[in-house]
Parts: sequence; structure tokens; C-alpha cells
Amino acid sequence: MDGLIIKIIYAFISLSVATIWGLLLGGIAMKVVARAHGRFGPPVWQPILDIIKNNARRTSISHGIMYFLGPVFRMAGGMGTFLFIPFIFGSTVFGNFSFAGDLFLVMYFIFFGQLGMALGAGESGHPYSAIGVARGLSQMTAFELPFALSIISLVIQYGTLNITEIVAAQQGGILNWTLITNPLATIAALISLQGMNMHNPFSVVIAPQEIPIGPPTEYHSNFLGLLQTNRGLFNIAKLALFMNLYFGGATNLAVMILKTFLLYMITIIIGASFPRFRTEQSIRFFLGVPTILGILAVIIVAYL
Amino acid sequence: MDNKENKSKQKLANDGLAEHEKALFCDARPQTYKPLGKYVEKFLNWARANSLWILGYGTGCGAIELRPLMTARFDMFRWGLAPRPTPRQAGVFVIGGYMSVKTLKRVIRSYEQMQGPKFVIALGSCTINGGMYWDSYNTINRLDHYLPVDIYITGCMPRPEALIAGFNKLKELIKDNKTDGQNEYANNFDWYKANQKKIVKDWNMPDYNW
Repeated sequence: MDGLIIKIIYAFISLSVATIWGLLLGGIAMKVVARAHGRFGPPVWQPILDIIKNNARRTSISHGIMYFLGPVFRMAGGMGTFLFIPFIFGSTVFGNFSFAGDLFLVMYFIFFGQLGMALGAGESGHPYSAIGVARGLSQMTAFELPFALSIISLVIQYGTLNITEIVAAQQGGILNWTLITNPLATIAALISLQGMNMHNPFSVVIAPQEIPIGPPTEYHSNFLGLLQTNRGLFNIAKLALFMNLYFGGATNLAVMILKTFLLYMITIIIGASFPRFRTEQSIRFFLGVPTILGILAVIIVAYL
Repeated sequence: MDNKENKSKQKLANDGLAEHEKALFCDARPQTYKPLGKYVEKFLNWARANSLWILGYGTGCGAIELRPLMTARFDMFRWGLAPRPTPRQAGVFVIGGYMSVKTLKRVIRSYEQMQGPKFVIALGSCTINGGMYWDSYNTINRLDHYLPVDIYITGCMPRPEALIAGFNKLKELIKDNKTDGQNEYANNFDWYKANQKKIVKDWNMPDYNW
């Protein structure tokens, strides 16, 4: 029983650290984009202020049960993704819950939140929500393909579905990282990470200045606060997953911060330099070169 | 006090709606909200003041002065201001200049859909006394007869710098807990509604739009 309580406390600590770091990363992203525009931009802690403000709203209106559950599903998706990824390899506090086959569960959880959100946003009845959901789900199906192929390649390479074992196999220097041992899978997955992060050029789901912010159009007050909290957590969960699978994981907090920051900088720099794809353009993009790279990665690992 | 409490339980008539539509809309009156504890409210007001989400309503020529705020030259994001496309998420309603009878109806609707605490910034002389449109058949003269306004920014049109000064003044008011448009609107709901209905003749929406 004591072990369980300690595990829960550890999970809470690692969730809080990840959420705060994820939100600060979002703030840094805004700052970098602002500098690219020649502005100063908001302070890096702006996302945290926004969340406090949104949760402090006095009124909120529900459109029904599914609308209410949408942000809850999204948050469950984010927490589920995060809690089955070893945040810091070999750490008792940040090691989270790892077991054989957690890679499949994580892939499922990445999808799960978006589906819950789609149902919730659908019940809000706003036409922009429906457009955003349609765009988001079709784009997601496209970028899941290179990501899944890359995972298959990894699973063949390491012979395991356990993320902790994959990280363990990459320890002992940069030459053991998947980045070096399986570059094709890494590139395919990195391209699909850009789609997952939903910055430019794959930002058509939220599409600022085009359709008013997509699926969460009708979400407000504490519903939106929950969604924003999840945005920070989910962001860091994805980055931690990629860090673990392709970049040798992290053995302490500083390495984790550095690696996730650099991984996110790729997305930010691409986002600040490129315009937005339309949905069909981004689907064509993902089903083209990244998918071929993924297939090649599988073939090379399996037969060569 | 008793009278006030009884009033808050009353239902709205929703006379503007057709009989078969009445069941589809809410008929509750807006409620007043008591502030939380002193220090909690102080902290929350600080967060509210530093994260103002704007619903820019381009009713008139003032809307053109809102756009430069987003650009590199004025950069409103520095002060925690950000544009929001939907009234549900926005906290500050910027009325961009003269308000015609037609747009007043939409403005009321959008204002009531915003979630409290909410603030209104009125831009330009035409929202104060009509400005150059004071004898127009088609515009209203004083905005605060129809909505509780927190900040007026004078000028025809005010420069973006004036707008930024107005936003910073609003932040001070929020931090000092001196502005509460939501409760003001709820307390004087009947007076505001009567004024609004005097202007908007084809009132085919519920009396209070959630």
C-alpha cells in the first residue's frame, strides 16, 4: 500500500514538472516566433497566466455530456501518453510506469485524446468546430502512417515493444542512438512529429486567422483551461517519446530539458519559416516522401 | 435586498421569440457574483490583468486602428494582450468606433455570450457622444446606455498608442478591483434591456443570450 502511495506521489511530481516545462516551451515558442517577426512577444510564462485566468472565469456553460467529457478525454490522453513514457531513464521519480508493450499503448493514447476532443467539439454544434475536427482527423491519419512505419522499423531493430528497453539499448554514446543506427526511421518520424505538433506548415487544424481556432471554438473558461494545460503536457509527452525512441533518452533532468528543447526548436524554426499547407496538401505530403522513407526503413531493417 | 433576490429568480419573458422557439432558449436572468476572498481575488485579478483576450468588433472605422497593434511596431503581445476570434473565450470587448443600430444588436449578443468577468473598451469619440455621427439617423450616441463600458478612448480616430494606453489603464483598474462590468450589467439588467429595446426594433432573439 505504501509503495502505491509513493508511486502516486512520484507520478504527480513528474506530471507537474512536465506540464510546467511544456507550458514554458510553448512560451519560448511564442517568443521565438515573435523575434522572427521582429517583435518582442509575450513573456515566456504567458501560457501559465492564461490558464490561471481561464480557470478563474466566473461562469461556464456546458452543451451536454460529451462536450463536458471532451477536455477530460483530451487530458486523459495527454496523461496516459506521458505516464507510460520513461521521462528520465533510470530515475525512480521520473521513471513513470513502464511495462512490456507500452509503446503500443502510447501510440493508442496519442490518438485517443484527439478522438475524445472530436466528439466533444462535435457536440458544441459550432460549424468551425466540425471543420476543424474534419481537418484534424484527416491530417492525423496521414501523419500516423510514417510514424507507425518508423515504429515498426524500430520494433524489428530492437526486438521489443518496451520503451525502457529501447532506451537502454541506446545508452553508451551518441553512436548507439537510433538517429545513427536507423537514420531513415528517425527522419520519417521527425517529419511526422512536425505534423503532430501542429505548428506551421501543418497548423490548418487550429488555423489562426482562417477559421477561428478550429475544434475548441466553443470551449471557454475552465474547459479551455484544461485543454491548455493538456497542450503543455501532451507536447512534452510527444517530445519525451521521440527523445526516448530516437535520441538516446535522458539520464538526468538537464539532459531531458536540453534534448526536448532542441527537438522542439526544430518544430519552431520550421513553423516560423514556412507558410501553412492546406489539408489535402499536407496529406499528400505525408503520404509521399515520409511514407516512402518509413517503408524503406522497415525493409532495410528487416531484410538487410 | 429581498426585492433584489426575488428579482434574480424571475424568468425572462423572451417576447421577441416565436412561441415554438421559446423552449429552445434559456430564460434565466444574469446573476451577480460575489468576489472570492480578498487575497485570492487579488491574485486572480493580477492574472486577469496580464492575460487580456480581445474580441475586436469592427463596427466602425476604429477597427483599422486595432490591426497595427498586432504588428512589429506596436506589438500588443508584450502586455499579454491577444486577439481571440470567439466571444466565448474573449475577456475584453473592443468596440471599434461608431455603432449603428444594426450592429448594436450583434454587439449585445456577443457581449452576453462572453464569460465573466468581462470588460468593454470603447474606441473613439463616436462611442462617447456620437462624435461626427451625433445627429445620424442610424447610429447610437452614448454606448454606456447599452453596455457597461470600462474605458473610453477619445479621438477620431485614436492612434494605436492611445489604444495601448487605454489597455494599460484597464489593467490598472482590474488590478485595483475597480471595475466589474459583469455585475453592473446584471444589477441594472432591466435598465440596459429597456434602453437596448428602444433602439433595436426587430428584437427576434432571447432577452439574455447565454
